[in-house]
Amino acid sequence: MSFLFRLAARSAWNRRFTLGLMLLAIAMSSAMLLGIERVRHEVRSGFSQSVSGTDLVVGARTSPVQLMLYAIFRIGGATNNMGWDSALKLAKNPAVAWTIPLSLGDSHRGFPVLATNADYFRHFHYGSGQALQLTQGHPFASVFETVLGAEVAQRLHYKLGDHIVLSHGMGSMHLTDHADKPFTVTGILARTGTPVDRTVHIGLDAMEAIHLDWQGGAPLPGLAIAPELVKKFDLTPKTVTAVLVGLKNRAAVFGVQRDIADDTSEPLMAVLPGVALDELWQVVGVGENALLVVSGMVVIVGLAGLVSAILASLGERRRELAVLRSVGARPADVFLLLALEGLAVMLAGVVLGVALLTIALFALGPYLSAQFGVTLHPALPAAGELQLLLGTVIAGFIASLLPGLRAYRLSLADGLTPRL
Amino acid sequence: MTQAAIALRDISFSWPGQAVPTLALDLFEVLPHEQVFVSGPSGSGKSTLLGLIGGINTPQAGQVAILGQTLDTLAGSQRDRFRVDHIGFIFQQFNLIPYLSILDNVLLPCRFSAYRRERALAQGKDLLAAAQSLLRTLDLAPSLWTRAVTQLSIGQQQRVAAARALIGRPEIVVADEPTSALDSDRQQAFLDLIQHECQQAGASLVFVSHDQRLAERFHRRVALDQINRCAQNEEAA
Repeated sequence: MSFLFRLAARSAWNRRFTLGLMLLAIAMSSAMLLGIERVRHEVRSGFSQSVSGTDLVVGARTSPVQLMLYAIFRIGGATNNMGWDSALKLAKNPAVAWTIPLSLGDSHRGFPVLATNADYFRHFHYGSGQALQLTQGHPFASVFETVLGAEVAQRLHYKLGDHIVLSHGMGSMHLTDHADKPFTVTGILARTGTPVDRTVHIGLDAMEAIHLDWQGGAPLPGLAIAPELVKKFDLTPKTVTAVLVGLKNRAAVFGVQRDIADDTSEPLMAVLPGVALDELWQVVGVGENALLVVSGMVVIVGLAGLVSAILASLGERRRELAVLRSVGARPADVFLLLALEGLAVMLAGVVLGVALLTIALFALGPYLSAQFGVTLHPALPAAGELQLLLGTVIAGFIASLLPGLRAYRLSLADGLTPRL
Repeated sequence: MTQAAIALRDISFSWPGQAVPTLALDLFEVLPHEQVFVSGPSGSGKSTLLGLIGGINTPQAGQVAILGQTLDTLAGSQRDRFRVDHIGFIFQQFNLIPYLSILDNVLLPCRFSAYRRERALAQGKDLLAAAQSLLRTLDLAPSLWTRAVTQLSIGQQQRVAAARALIGRPEIVVADEPTSALDSDRQQAFLDLIQHECQQAGASLVFVSHDQRLAERFHRRVALDQINRCAQNEEAA
């Protein structure tokens, strides 16, 4: 038995070049499988953790998914806003601990502009309860100041003190600029991996100020109000897009939700973010299934390559196997020889694959995080991934039994002299 | 009367899917210590005959007895064991495992057979010594032993194969055209060595060749195309 092991090792070493290529192919497909799995996991958890600690999202009546899309993901626009008085009333509700008013609609070079107040920096949480942090500067204090998300600052190479001009509306093509009222960058947020990274934050009063001399989505001709003069006007917003609500006691969430829905002064809705995010994931999660399918195909292609490589190598091994038969090796020994090799190559390939991925993540992790906001940490495989890898090894082992079976039959049919 | 080392009686063998038998013969016998020359053109069933003697092919009819043991009463793995215990094979060429050293190649039967290992140990103080003394008698100098198998000449390779067939003194040595890749001088030298060693070891030798010039050196000559009732002059499997 131990002689068979040594024989298998010597035989493998003799074909080390071919086997090395095979090993590399397995390593690459298992690294890819694991990498896709990591991305899939990261995208899903990143998605479900784009907001945390918020108990209700309140806005004008629409579908919950749509409300989440613009309030949390800053995608698309609200068809209706809610009145500022409703927002104030909500804040005074005894069950409510804090509110964050959000106003959307403008953009800066394709990035959404979010008007809010200082409560945003105090109460907004993401991930597993992390608060927003500024890497540089401070939150906006006066009207024409802005705080940039990490990606905005990085992509557009902005630093503190830079002046930026906002555009009216969403999108990046041919928008009317608020060129008369530039903003100064006073703060840059740390990366969160959430839509916050892509957001330009300004105060609610600033949102009012840049639209003072506007009506119906266009500047009023002949009426230009200089930035120095805006403070003379009442900059209290008339409407907001949505309000994020934190409750004193989470158990009250359904009561508050019902109160908001039943309020006859303005037709509003309140959405539980977790539920709505799940609902939204049903829509965008198709991408996740696509990734799963890709993972599956990667494995199948890898295994097919393995089987064909072993089958191809059988041709050159026929003589070797026949000679072994003539000196007493049983067909079972021949089968074992191939199975051992298949298992060893598979195991080594998967281990090498994990190593490759780890090295790749060490090297490329910061780049991926900076460019795509997908944070992948080099880590040992988690329990679920280990199962996946184990499954790959078993599938590969079974796949390599196929050539083993053929070798078994060949060695019987060839007898002592292979008929080539 | 001594018992035959090899006895094939009333044999009929056909390959799977073939209607006509490849080999059909009434009697083929080799006595202990006997050196038999088996001749026949290709297609006369030579490799089939060797497969039957080695217990790799089983005849549809008839009986194969090696050293008094009828092979059809043995299970597959027992036949494999029996073969390595009692028969040494030398083929036309490519006898050796390229990734094993010369000594490891010679010792292969001892790895698979405890019987051969014990008999080899009885010849020398250990397996290595037994293999080395065989290599020496087969005219392979120690300076060659460390070489890779693939660096040997064909003649040298065939002598290594002979050493492997002879180690542990099997009762039967089967050689399938072992000299066909050698020039005639080397053929003679190789035959001298192998015949001498078989005699020393008391082994029966079945030597298959189509080269009739070699026949006179043997105790007996069997023309397979004459005893095989199904001989066809075509390239058979």
